[in-house]
Amino acid sequence: MNKQLMRGSHVIAEAATRAGCRFYAGYPITPQNELPEYMSARFADLPDATFIQAESELAAINMVMGASMTGVRAMTSSSSPGISLKQEGISYMAGMELPAVVANIMRGGPGLGNIAPTQQDYFQATRGGGHGGYRTIVLAPCSGQELVTLTMKAFDLADTYRMPVILLGDGLMGQMMEPVSFPDPIDPADLPKKEWVLSGARGRDSRLIASLQLDPVKMEERNWKLVRKYDTISQHETDFESYLLDDAQLVIVAFGTAARIAKGAVNRVRGEGLPAGLFRPITLWPFPANPLRSLAASIKQILVFEMNTGQMIEDVKMSVGDISPVHFHGRPGGVIPTPVEVAEVITGLMR
Amino acid sequence: MSTTKTIFSGFGGQGVLMMGYVLATSAMHENKHVTYLPAYGAEVRGGTANCTITISDDPIASPVASFPDYGVLMNTPSLTKFEGSIRAGGLVFLNDDLVDVRPSRTDIEVVNIPVNTIADGLGSLRSANMVMIGAFVKKTGLVALETVINSVKDIFAAKGADIHERNTAAIREGAAFIEKPIHG
Repeated sequence: MNKQLMRGSHVIAEAATRAGCRFYAGYPITPQNELPEYMSARFADLPDATFIQAESELAAINMVMGASMTGVRAMTSSSSPGISLKQEGISYMAGMELPAVVANIMRGGPGLGNIAPTQQDYFQATRGGGHGGYRTIVLAPCSGQELVTLTMKAFDLADTYRMPVILLGDGLMGQMMEPVSFPDPIDPADLPKKEWVLSGARGRDSRLIASLQLDPVKMEERNWKLVRKYDTISQHETDFESYLLDDAQLVIVAFGTAARIAKGAVNRVRGEGLPAGLFRPITLWPFPANPLRSLAASIKQILVFEMNTGQMIEDVKMSVGDISPVHFHGRPGGVIPTPVEVAEVITGLMR
Repeated sequence: MSTTKTIFSGFGGQGVLMMGYVLATSAMHENKHVTYLPAYGAEVRGGTANCTITISDDPIASPVASFPDYGVLMNTPSLTKFEGSIRAGGLVFLNDDLVDVRPSRTDIEVVNIPVNTIADGLGSLRSANMVMIGAFVKKTGLVALETVINSVKDIFAAKGADIHERNTAAIREGAAFIEKPIHG
């Protein structure tokens, strides 16, 4: 298919549709309103698809929960404060082992904050976000084309592991247009059959999907079962990008929009003969700890760069221990740092 | 050309975002790396609108322009807002009919184009943005004029042949102004 120039939030919506998503519920919030806008028009042409502008974020996430129980690929999207409101439902879905895709187009916080792009929800996304101690897979795209691949992958992962998957973008990813191309759409009828769905019990035993479990021993076992699933995911699903790491002495670790800027900074300092490289986690949970730890042994220092006050740096430090010194540069609040600024930080550390 | 950043700015309704979209689409059709970043905020009818287009031979790190190479400024508030940030040696395109001040800087080149007058002469004031994009592309050579005309045809395909002819005429008239400026 030919390339087309598309806004990030539209790209997510189109990619979700092509992944076989046929249920969307959401509630408006900037800077992701173009996503439901696109979905409403796109789903209008699909007889088997349902779009609902819900009365609240809580309603939206619970509609997604109900839809997911019936087996349909379901998603919602929001931006930081709205994602906070959805955490109860996400926790329930983690407990019920229900697949869903939740796109968070992050904005400034805490609280109502502002509508500018940030990465201030890293903790919330990678630590489960809601109550009860669970995980969600977290994917961090950094380009329009990666919005296509990771949105589609999010639905596969959600179904494979029966859990919510967070697509973690920011206001810039959501608003920016880039050329993208899409793979052919998947027909939902061709997706693997789900044997656990609530589809009417005529002719078979009834099924129960619930997060409530009053027996502590059974609840304990459910928790350990989730942990075994999370361990499997950690072993098989970590993903990252390496850029100019072979001879690097300083490695900058950054994700999403910050990683784009960091790559520009790496190119700049390379032009001055400084051997810097980029390590870009694509899965934020599971975090690519092992490859980063291996890398740390062969370099002199690490610079973590985030559009927040320092969140992923905790995972970086847990990964590398004291093998390598870890520095930090952060710009919270919606400030979009420049490659020049980050290059200056790298230069300062390397000279 | 390695990387070039352009800011388009004006008030809502002048087709400022469309100019940026046309340029970005044209760059895509010429297989360049390109990003289009609209300013987004609390929407106000008749408020200001601007967007930043980055075009490069290489993957683009940041779609933001701290010091744009080019400014296409369709009204006076846009000049006030962006004059200071244009790169030294950069180029600003002013809508001569609506911008009633001139840059105080002497280290930037200024191109004054009466796009409203030209568009009015062609029979549609609404084509002023197409006049401007024609002039902009002719002057900068960022993309080929024919690519722009074809992109605009695609973008407005649903609006019919009349619109395409009007847009094409406006783009060519803007380009012609750069070749033979008429100061009035």
